[in-house]
Amino acid sequence: MEQRYSRQTLFSPIGTDGQRKLQHAHILIIGAGALGTSTAEMFTRAGAGKITIADRDYVEWSNLQRQQLYTEEDAQNRLPKAIALKEKLEAINQDVRIKAHVTDVTPWNLEELIGGVDLMLDATDNFEIRMIMNDISQKHNIPWIYGAVVGSYGISYTIIPGETPCLHCMMEQVPLGGLTCDTAGIISPIVQLVTAHQGAEALKILTGNRDALRENLVSFDLWSNQHSSIDVQMLKNDNCSSCGASPSYPFLDYQNQTRTAVLCGRDTVQIRPSSTRKPDLKRTAEDLSPLGEVEQNPFLLSFSTGANRLVLFQDGRVLVHGTSDIAEARSLYHRYFG
Amino acid sequence: MELLINGTTVQLSNNITTVSDVIDYFIPDRPAVVVEHNGNILTKENHSTVNVKDGDKIELVNFVGGG
Ligand SMILES: [Zn+2]
Repeated sequence: MEQRYSRQTLFSPIGTDGQRKLQHAHILIIGAGALGTSTAEMFTRAGAGKITIADRDYVEWSNLQRQQLYTEEDAQNRLPKAIALKEKLEAINQDVRIKAHVTDVTPWNLEELIGGVDLMLDATDNFEIRMIMNDISQKHNIPWIYGAVVGSYGISYTIIPGETPCLHCMMEQVPLGGLTCDTAGIISPIVQLVTAHQGAEALKILTGNRDALRENLVSFDLWSNQHSSIDVQMLKNDNCSSCGASPSYPFLDYQNQTRTAVLCGRDTVQIRPSSTRKPDLKRTAEDLSPLGEVEQNPFLLSFSTGANRLVLFQDGRVLVHGTSDIAEARSLYHRYFG
Repeated sequence: MELLINGTTVQLSNNITTVSDVIDYFIPDRPAVVVEHNGNILTKENHSTVNVKDGDKIELVNFVGGG
């Protein structure tokens, strides 16, 4: 057992001192898709103290091509990703405490998830959650590492409150309307390149090696063989409402939260009910079974009818598959779930 | 005109005069980019006012959302 981390402690910038720090570190990974499974495995093997994983989705066949650790059985059983990942990680390293949350991250539950966390790793698939993470990071003075991928292209940046520009500072400089949904597919190697960058920066932060942080915004395209690394320090904006002199954290505002979201490229709409009432999955299954095909596991209920499939989670959320029209999704939701 | 874009030499027609034109040419469908022009980061207001000339070095970093 003492040999377990020997190759990591032999690496002199980490050493036994850095390893001890890592073993007391708590990492919050938001998203358990391609990026999240990769960094979660990395830090489970590396011996982090605690890893909290939050994800809103369940394993599907189209995930298996790149989302490491998930199996055909997980897809068959439609296991929530956070649950499936926790199971795999615990088999890899029993000393790491793994906490799984099957939930859509909102400002309110993120305020709870962030307790005791040293670093947040971005493994989400949309900017709405990233801007919430960005505000929470500034509010609680916790660094986070942006990472994103599409096609053969990836990007990463490490955000340290009080030092670097935040994501909001940088996005201010992005022309409006540019953030379209990603439908270009994805290849696995770019995932690994982005998580290699996120992972290395996370190791530096968590083992007390902040001097070694990269500082630049990096991007790469593994197909066209291009890469870019630019110093964005001068984009830090003193008037930024997230990280400036008098922040208002606009993305934590109730007004700015959407309750329905089209999941890009998936022909799926998510509906998050406003009440916090937890549904009774068993009873709902009984009510729906005369109307279509119902399948259930301890975490969710799947109901198929015609061209649509509706998946109800324990936290009350519903994914409506087979449409990207919010109005149609809402009407299906109300027809079957009241 | 010859530009060095993300480390690669690229030949472009002379119709391209501003940084905005360069962005439109390379990333027509998703112009969510931070641009460095000859070592200087540009604010988005400058994308359409800064002219490019032969030999300029441009770094384009496109913000994407997938994960
Ligand atoms: Zn900022």
